Amino acid sequence: MTSSATPNKIQRRPFVAELLAQRGDTLVVPGLGSPNWDIFAAGDSPEYLYSWGGMGLAVPTALGIALAQPARRVLAITGDGEMLMGIGALAVVGDQAPINLAILVLDNETFAETGKQRGLTANRVDIAVAAKGFGIGKTMTVTEQGQVGKLAELMFRTPGPVLAVAKIAITQDPWALPEKDGVAIARRFRIALGLEKA
Amino acid sequence: MKSRSIATVCTVPDGGLTTLLGLVESEPAMRLVTLTTEQEGIGVATGCWLGGTRAMIAMQSSGVGNCINALGLPTAFRAPCLMLVTMRGQWGEFNPWQVPMGQATRPALEAVGVKCFPVDKAAEVGETFAAAADLAFHSRVSAAVLVSQRVIGAKGFGQE
Repeated sequence: MTSSATPNKIQRRPFVAELLAQRGDTLVVPGLGSPNWDIFAAGDSPEYLYSWGGMGLAVPTALGIALAQPARRVLAITGDGEMLMGIGALAVVGDQAPINLAILVLDNETFAETGKQRGLTANRVDIAVAAKGFGIGKTMTVTEQGQVGKLAELMFRTPGPVLAVAKIAITQDPWALPEKDGVAIARRFRIALGLEKA
Repeated sequence: MKSRSIATVCTVPDGGLTTLLGLVESEPAMRLVTLTTEQEGIGVATGCWLGGTRAMIAMQSSGVGNCINALGLPTAFRAPCLMLVTMRGQWGEFNPWQVPMGQATRPALEAVGVKCFPVDKAAEVGETFAAAADLAFHSRVSAAVLVSQRVIGAKGFGQE
């Protein structure tokens, strides 16, 4: 089977950059792979928890941070494959119902990182609909860059848990690789939260 | 758990954990996070530490098999990871389906760098748990307390 009839239009790099420009002090947890490169390309911050492994754990990790830091907004930005590997985590999010947690799925319907193999969301699988079934009441699907304003309203200012799916194009973006040392990433993240001394 | 300031307990329940999980749920200062698969607990517990609180994961030994790749996450961040595992597939096991993972639990955990604390006497569970918790949170490593079926009782499904 081929991908959906209408090709996705959103260009991930400017889309993520425009969204993050409105994040305020939101803590950002990118899922394994391209979301890390996207947020780093938009500008580095100690409030970004880069990861280079642990596929399926972006939402659980963001949930743990959200539970530990109830006064801070937490945004998990991940891909469709990473989200589906850990899709049960949406049930845990729906059950815990943290008001400070937002999830954005950058859905290119493809395992783009590993050779552009067709992904499971290319035809009938809809993560936003699934999220509703898992008890995440407020969801949206974004198909145009022009919807970033509404998306930012949901991601940063609407009581959570909330989830959005952004239908992004398959693009060839320049490499933008952040810090790889997990100890350094965790340390500067915890310093930014006032949990460790600089 | 309370003496080690553990605020969050993530779990896929097991029969041997019933009383403990009930106590956690009725304790206002603690949060029970029920999971769909044990590996989610590794992410949640790591996230809690990144956000400044202490969490642990309680599971049956079969759940350890679901955690192996996930255990790379706390190791990469050098985050503490504390697991309480009720064993199956060893002392007096009735169900052959439990045996492969039960027998592989400790070698699998050690293969990914988790320090294991087996305990087979009820009187030693408390001090063993405290020692594992201190190692995990102070030395920032992954540690697992493996509670034998000898302590919790083998599940016999009404058979002799």
